[in-house]
Amino acid sequence: MALPKYTEPHYRIWHYVYLTICAAVFFFLVAPLFVIFPLSFNAEEFLVFSDGMKRLDPDAFSLRWYQDMIYGTKNPWGLAAKNSFIIAIFATIGSVILGTVAALGLSSRHMPYKGLIMAVLISPMIVPLIISGVAIFFFMAKVGLAATHTGIVLAHIILGTPFVVITVTATLSGFDHSVTRAAASLGSDPVNTFMKITLPLILPGVISGGLFAFVTSFDEVVVVLFLAGLENTTIPIQMWTGLREQLSPTILAVATCLIILSTLILVTAELLRRRSERLRGINR
Amino acid sequence: MSSETKQILTTDGIPLEVSLKKAEKKNKIKAFLLVAPLLLFIIITYVFPIGDMLMRSVDDKMVTEMLPKTFKSMEKWDGQDLPPEEVFEAFYFDFKKLIEEEREGKLSTQLNYTKNGFKSIIKKLRRKSKSFEEGNYKEQIMSVHRRWADVEYWRAIKRRAPAYTYQKYLKGIDMYENEKGEIINVPEDRRVHRILWMRTLEIAFFVTVFCFLMAYPIAHLLATLPMKYSNLLMICVLLPFWTSLLVRTASWMILLQQQGIVNDFFVMIGLVSDDNRLEMMFNKTGSYVAMTQILLPFMVLPLYSVMKTISPSLMRAGKSLGGTPFVAFWKVYFPLTIPGIGAGCLLVFILAIGYYITPALVGGASGTLISNQIAFHMKSTLDWSFASAMGLMLLSGVLVIYWLYNKLVGIDNIKLG
Repeated sequence: MALPKYTEPHYRIWHYVYLTICAAVFFFLVAPLFVIFPLSFNAEEFLVFSDGMKRLDPDAFSLRWYQDMIYGTKNPWGLAAKNSFIIAIFATIGSVILGTVAALGLSSRHMPYKGLIMAVLISPMIVPLIISGVAIFFFMAKVGLAATHTGIVLAHIILGTPFVVITVTATLSGFDHSVTRAAASLGSDPVNTFMKITLPLILPGVISGGLFAFVTSFDEVVVVLFLAGLENTTIPIQMWTGLREQLSPTILAVATCLIILSTLILVTAELLRRRSERLRGINR
Repeated sequence: MSSETKQILTTDGIPLEVSLKKAEKKNKIKAFLLVAPLLLFIIITYVFPIGDMLMRSVDDKMVTEMLPKTFKSMEKWDGQDLPPEEVFEAFYFDFKKLIEEEREGKLSTQLNYTKNGFKSIIKKLRRKSKSFEEGNYKEQIMSVHRRWADVEYWRAIKRRAPAYTYQKYLKGIDMYENEKGEIINVPEDRRVHRILWMRTLEIAFFVTVFCFLMAYPIAHLLATLPMKYSNLLMICVLLPFWTSLLVRTASWMILLQQQGIVNDFFVMIGLVSDDNRLEMMFNKTGSYVAMTQILLPFMVLPLYSVMKTISPSLMRAGKSLGGTPFVAFWKVYFPLTIPGIGAGCLLVFILAIGYYITPALVGGASGTLISNQIAFHMKSTLDWSFASAMGLMLLSGVLVIYWLYNKLVGIDNIKLG
C-alpha cells in the first residue's frame, strides 16, 4: 500500500502510525503462540527462559518433555490422545452427514420456516458452552450415556453440526441447480444425482465444515468436563487439569504438537476455501 | 368467457394450478424431510434438555412429596396463629414415615434452607417422637422444643407446600422472599451474584470494545492490501482462530506470570522494579488480556468480509470531492462498515458473556464470570436447580442478543474463515 507521491507530510506520518498499530496488533495475535515453542524444549523444569537459553547454549535445550509426553510413567497423554481422536473422528462423521443433508434441505427454496429452523440448528454454536454442557449432561445422565464415548460423541455432534450447516449452505448458495435438473432429466435418481453431481461440487464446503466440526470436538473441554469419566479423558481435559494444578513443560510439549496440528488444519482449510471459490466462479 | 374455460389443463387433465400446487407441496415435504433428522436430533438432545433445565430450576417437589398429609391439612389453616391439632397430627405421621424411610435428614436440610434453626429441632423431634403417645400431638410436639411452638416455623413449612418455586431465580439476583412473602434484597455483604453479573457484563463489554479497536485497523489493512500480502497476513488471524483454546490460554499463563516475559520486559525498560513485578494473572487483567486476544479473530473476520466489498473508488471519490482523507473515511468508509461492526461486536459479546475456560484459568477470584459460578454449583455444591436457574438467566440474555443479531445480520450470513 504505497502512498502516492503527493501525500502531505502529516498524512504520511499518520500512515506510518497506522501501519505500526497494525503491526502491534498482529504481534499481539500471533506472538503468544510462539512463546510455547522454545519453552517446550527447555532443559529445566521452570517455565521461564533460562540464562542458557538466552545465550542459545545447546545444553539448555532438550527433548525431555517430549519424551515425558510419550514415554512418561503414569502418563495420561496416550489414552487422552486416543480418546480425543476416536471421539473427534466419529463426531465429525456424524456432524458432516447430518449437517450436509440438512443443508441440502435448507438451501431448497421450497423449505418452509427456513429462518426459524436455521436459528434452532445454529443455536448450539451461540448458546454459551456452559449452558450446553449442563443441558447435555442432564440429557445424557437421563438416558444413561454419561461417562461413555457414545455420549461425548453425540454431544460433539450437537456442537459440530452448526459449522457444517453454515459452510455447506454457503457453498450451496452459489450452486447452479440446473445441473441436478439436467441429471434428473437424463434419468438419474436423486441419490445418484447427489453422489455423482452435487457432492463433488460442494465437497470443499463439506470438508471445511468437517474440519470445523473436527476442531470443535478435538478442542472441546466444557461439555466433556461434565460428561467424561476417568476412562473418557481427552487431550483438552488433561490440559485443563494440568493447567489448573501445575503448569508443567510437558503440557507445552503437547501444546506445541497441537499448534502444529492446527497449522496443518489451517493450511488444508485455506486451500479448500480457495478451491471452492474457484469452483463456484468467485474471482477476487 | 368464464374463468373455467380459460383454465389450462396438464396432459393428465388436471388443472395446471392444482398440479403446480401439488408439486410445490411435494417439494416442501422433500426439503423438510432432509432437514428433519438433524432437527429432530437437536430438538431431542438439545432443545428439550434446555427445557428440562427450566423444569429443574423451578422444581420444588421434594418437600411437597415428603409432607403430603401435612400440606393437605394446612390448606385450611390461615397462618395467623399456631396450626390446629390436625396439622400437628398429620405432620407427626408424615414425619414418622420419613424416619422409617430414613429421609428425615433430607427434610431438615431442605427446611433449613427456608428458615435457619430447623436442623436441630428436627433432630430433637426424631429422638423424642419414639416415645410419643397416641393423641394430642400438638402438645407433645410443642414440648420437644420451644421453636415447635413458634408460628414462624410452621409458616416456613407452609411456604414449601407449592411444587414450583421461583426462589432460585431470586437467589440468582441476590434477593429472597421473607416470611411475609415480600421480595427483599439479601444483606449487602452477601450480594455475591449481582457483583458477578455486573462483572460479566463489564468484562464482556470491554473485551468487545478492545477487540473492536484492535480489529478495525487490521481488518482494514487486510482488505486493502494486495492479495498476495493479505493472504499471508490473514494466516496470522486464522492461526490463533484454529489453535486450541487451552493452548492459547496456556501461553498467556506463561507470558503473564510474575517471572514471565511481559514482566521481564517491563523490568527491562524500567517500568517496574524487579522486586515489585506486576500481578497480571489470577485477576481481572488476566481475563481481559487473554479473552481479548482469543476473541479478536471473531471480530476481524466479519469486519474483513464487509470491508472487502467496499470499493476503493468510493474513498477516492470522497477525497476528490474535497474531503480530507479523515473526512472521507468518517463520512464514506466508516458508515459502510457498520454492518460488519454490528456483526463482529455482537458475536464477540455473545462469546465473551458465556466464557468459562479462560477466566477459570487466568481470572483468579476477581476475574471469574457467571459461567464459573454455574460450573461451581454444578460440580461442587451440587445445587443443580440453582445452576439451571442461573444458566437460564444467562441464556435469556444471550438469546436477546442472538435475536438482535439475526435481525441485523441474518443468521444465514454468518461467515467462517
